[in-house]
Amino acid sequence: MYITLIFLGIIMATVIVWLLRQTFNTQPWISEAADNEVSGASMDTNTKAVALTVFLAVATSVFALFISAYTIRMEEPDWRPITEPTLLWANTLMLILASIAYHWTRGAAVKGIDSRVKPGLTVAGVLTVLFLIGQLVAWQQLNAAGYYLDLNPANAFFFLLTAVHGLHMLGGLWVWARSTMKVWTGADSDSVRLSIELCTVYWHFLLLVWIVLFGMLLST
Amino acid sequence: MAYVSIADRDHEVEHHDPDTFISKYVWSQDHKVIAIQYGVLAILIGLVGMLLSSAFRLQLGFPDMFEFINPENYYQFVTIHGMIMVIYLLTALFLGGFGNYLIPLQLGSRDMVFPFMNMLSVWVYALSVLILVASFFVPGGATGAGWTLYPPHAISPGTPGTDWGIVLMLLSLAVFIVAFTMGGLNYVTTVLQARCKGMTLMRMPLSVWGIFMATILGLLAFPALLVSAIMMLFDKLLGTSFFMPAMIQAGVATDTVGGSPVLFQHLFWFFGHPEVYIVALPAFGLVSDLLSTHARKNIFGYRMMVWAIIAIGGLSFIVWAHHMYVSGMNPYFGFFFATTTLIIAVPTALKVYNWVLTLWQGNIHLRVPMLFAIAFIFTFTHGGLTGLFLGNVTIDLPLSDTYFVVAHFHMVMGVSPVLVVFGAIYHWYPKMTGRMYNETLGKWHFWLTFLGTYSLYLPMHYLGFLGVPRRYFAMGNTEFMPDSAVTLNASMTISALIIAATQLIFIYNMIWSLKHGEKSGGNPWKSTSLEWQTPDTPPKHGNWGHSLPEVHRWAYDYSVPGQAEDFTPQTVPESEVPVGRDHGVDS
Ligand code: HEM
Ligand SMILES: [Cu+2]
Repeated sequence: MYITLIFLGIIMATVIVWLLRQTFNTQPWISEAADNEVSGASMDTNTKAVALTVFLAVATSVFALFISAYTIRMEEPDWRPITEPTLLWANTLMLILASIAYHWTRGAAVKGIDSRVKPGLTVAGVLTVLFLIGQLVAWQQLNAAGYYLDLNPANAFFFLLTAVHGLHMLGGLWVWARSTMKVWTGADSDSVRLSIELCTVYWHFLLLVWIVLFGMLLST
Repeated sequence: MAYVSIADRDHEVEHHDPDTFISKYVWSQDHKVIAIQYGVLAILIGLVGMLLSSAFRLQLGFPDMFEFINPENYYQFVTIHGMIMVIYLLTALFLGGFGNYLIPLQLGSRDMVFPFMNMLSVWVYALSVLILVASFFVPGGATGAGWTLYPPHAISPGTPGTDWGIVLMLLSLAVFIVAFTMGGLNYVTTVLQARCKGMTLMRMPLSVWGIFMATILGLLAFPALLVSAIMMLFDKLLGTSFFMPAMIQAGVATDTVGGSPVLFQHLFWFFGHPEVYIVALPAFGLVSDLLSTHARKNIFGYRMMVWAIIAIGGLSFIVWAHHMYVSGMNPYFGFFFATTTLIIAVPTALKVYNWVLTLWQGNIHLRVPMLFAIAFIFTFTHGGLTGLFLGNVTIDLPLSDTYFVVAHFHMVMGVSPVLVVFGAIYHWYPKMTGRMYNETLGKWHFWLTFLGTYSLYLPMHYLGFLGVPRRYFAMGNTEFMPDSAVTLNASMTISALIIAATQLIFIYNMIWSLKHGEKSGGNPWKSTSLEWQTPDTPPKHGNWGHSLPEVHRWAYDYSVPGQAEDFTPQTVPESEVPVGRDHGVDS
C-alpha cells in the first residue's frame, strides 16, 4: 500500500495546502462588500478543465491502488513472472506518437490554424486505435504462448492492468470521436478547441500511466 | 482576477424552464429535483434495510421462534442491511441528496455545473439499487458474506449467495461508484467554480464544507472499493486467485493457490475507513448549521471547524488498518495505526467542543431540528469514546468481532448521522415544500427514536464486554450468554421494532404536511444562509430569478450586538443592516 499512500499523500497534500492557503489569514466574521476582489470562482479557468483535473486524481487513485495490489500480491510464492511480448514496445511507440500528434493538434487549435486540426486529430486517433489493436494482439500472443489468465496472478495482472488502461483509452476515444466528427462535418477549430486541449492532457496522462505500468510489468 | 460569474460567463447556458412532466420530474436536470429523487430513493431503500434489520433482530432476540428466518437468510439480511445503510442510504442521501440540494443553493449558483451528468448520476444510482434488490431474487439469493465481503468465504461454497448474489453485489457497487463519481465531479467543481459573487471559501456554510470534503474523500477512496470489487469478480468469474488462497474444501483441495485475503482487507478498509468519514463529515457540517441557527449564535470557532474538517479528511486515509488489528499484522504497524487513530480523535473532539460552546449561552429554540442536532452531540460523543477504546490494540484484541464493535459503529455511524439526517430534513422541509411539518408528530418521532436507539445500543456494549461475538445466527448455551444477556437481547429487539415503527410517524408527517402543513414562508427559521433568501419558496428552476445574489458576510451573523434583528442574511451589505436594540446573546 505504500505506493497508493505516496500518490494519495501527494494529492491530499496538494488539496490541503491549497485549501489552507485559501483559508489562512482570513477573518470570515468580518463583513466586506462583494466587490471584484472577492471572486466566486477559485480557478481562473474553464470548469471543464477543473473537472478533468479532479477526474485525473480519481484515475490516479485507481491505478495507484492496482499497482499497490500488484506489488503486494507479487510477494506470494506462487508468483511466476511472464515474458512480455516485444510487441508492447511497438505499442508504446504508437501511444507516444499519438500523444505527440495530439499535442501538435492542440497547438494548431490554439493558434486557430484550421487546416492542421483535421489531419492532426485523425492521425492522433488512428495511432491510438493502433495502440489498442496492438494490445489485443499482445493478449493473443500471450494466450498462444500459454500464459492463460487464470494460470498465475502475474498473467492475471497483465490482462487486468492492460484492460483497465485500455478502457480509459476507449473513454478518451469517445470524446475524440465527437470532436473529429465535428471537424469533418465542417466545424471550425474554435468549436473543438477546448475538447482538444483537454484530450491532450488526458492523452499525456494515459501515456504516463502506461509507461509506469509497462515499466513495472517489464521489471517484475 | 476580475469577477465573472459562471452563469454570465457561459452565454450559451440558458435556463430553459422544463415544461413537460417528464422533463420536470423524471429526466430532470434541476439539482433540486435530482436531490429529491436521490433522497426519496435512498430513504426507500433505507426502509428496506430497516425491515431486514427487524427480521434478523427477531432471531437474535427470540432465537428460533420465527421459522421464516434460517441461518441462510439471516446472513443475507445482515449483509444487505449493512451494505444498504452505509452506501445506498447514507452516502447517497448525504452527498446525492443534501449535496445536490444545498451546494448550489447555499453558494448562490443556478445549478450544478454539469446538469446532464448530474441527471445521469441519479439514474445510474437507481440502477445500482435495482441490481442490489435483484440479487435477492436470483438463484441462491443475495450474498451473505457480511458487509465487508471478505474473501475467501464471500466466494466459496457454503456462504449464501456465492453463485449470483455476490456477483450482483459487486456489480451493483461498481455501478454505484460510477454514479458517485459523476455526482462527485459535479459537487467539487461546483464548489470550486460556481460560487456567487462575494462567496469566498471561508464564507461557505459548514454544510457545504462537510459535503465538499466528504466528496473529495469519496472520489479518492471509492476507487479502492472498485479495485477490490473488480479483482474479486475476476476471482469469482474467471478463476484467477488474487485473493483466493490454497484451500481445502470438504476434503478436496480447490484449484486456487497463493491468493492473499489480507490484500483484500487492505483494499477494503482503505476505502472503508474514509467511508465512515464520508458519512460523518456531511453530518458534522449539517449539524453545525442546525445548531447555530436554532441557538441564534454564530458557530463557535468557524475557522477551527473548517480546519478540523480538512484535517480529518487527510488523516482518515492513514488509519485504515485499525480494522485489521486481529489479522496478524506486524506489531509496529499496529502501533503506528493506533497512534494515527488516536490523533484523528483530536480534530474530532475539537468539533464536539465547538458544538457545545456554540450552545453555551445561546438563545436555544428546542424545535424538532434542534432536538435532533443536540441528540447528535450525545450519541456522537458516546460512539467516539468507544472508538478510543477500540483504537488501542490491546483493548481491541478481545473486543474485536464482538457486539462492542457493533455498538460502537452503530452509535457513531448509524444513530448519529441518521439523527442529523432527520434534523436536516425537518430543517429544510419548509424550503423544499413551502410548508411546515407537524411539530407534535416531529417531537414524538424524535423522542421515540432517540430513547429507542439508546435502549437498543447501550446494552449492546455490555454484550460486547461479555464477549458475545457478532455475526452468529444462534448463541446456544454458551458461557458468554448468561440469562441477563438473553433477556437483554429480547429487550433490544423490542426496542428495535419500536424504532422501526416510529419511522412510520416520520413518513406520515412528511406526506401529510405536503398538503396540510402550515405555509412556511421563505425563511421560517430566520436564517442567514443563501438558500433561505431565494425569491420563491420552493425555489424555482434557476433558483435566483433574474440576478444572482451577492454575498457580503459569512453565514453566521446571528445575534450580532447592536443590530435590530437577531440575524443578518448573507446578502445584506454592511450599510443596510438595521441598527437597534442590543441583541447580545444574554438578552
Ligand atoms: C474517535 C474516533 C474513532 C475511533 C478511534 C474509531 C476506532 C475504531 C476501531 C479501532 C474499529 C475497529 C474495531 C474492530 O473491528 O475490532 C472501529 C470500527 C468501526 N468504526 Fe470507528 N472509530 C472512530 C470513529 C468512527 C466514526 C466517526 C465512524 C463513522 C461515522 C466509525 C465507524 C466505524 C465502523 C463502521 C466500524 C466497524 C466496521 C466493521 O467492522 O464492520 N468510527 N472504529
Ligand atoms: Cu475505521
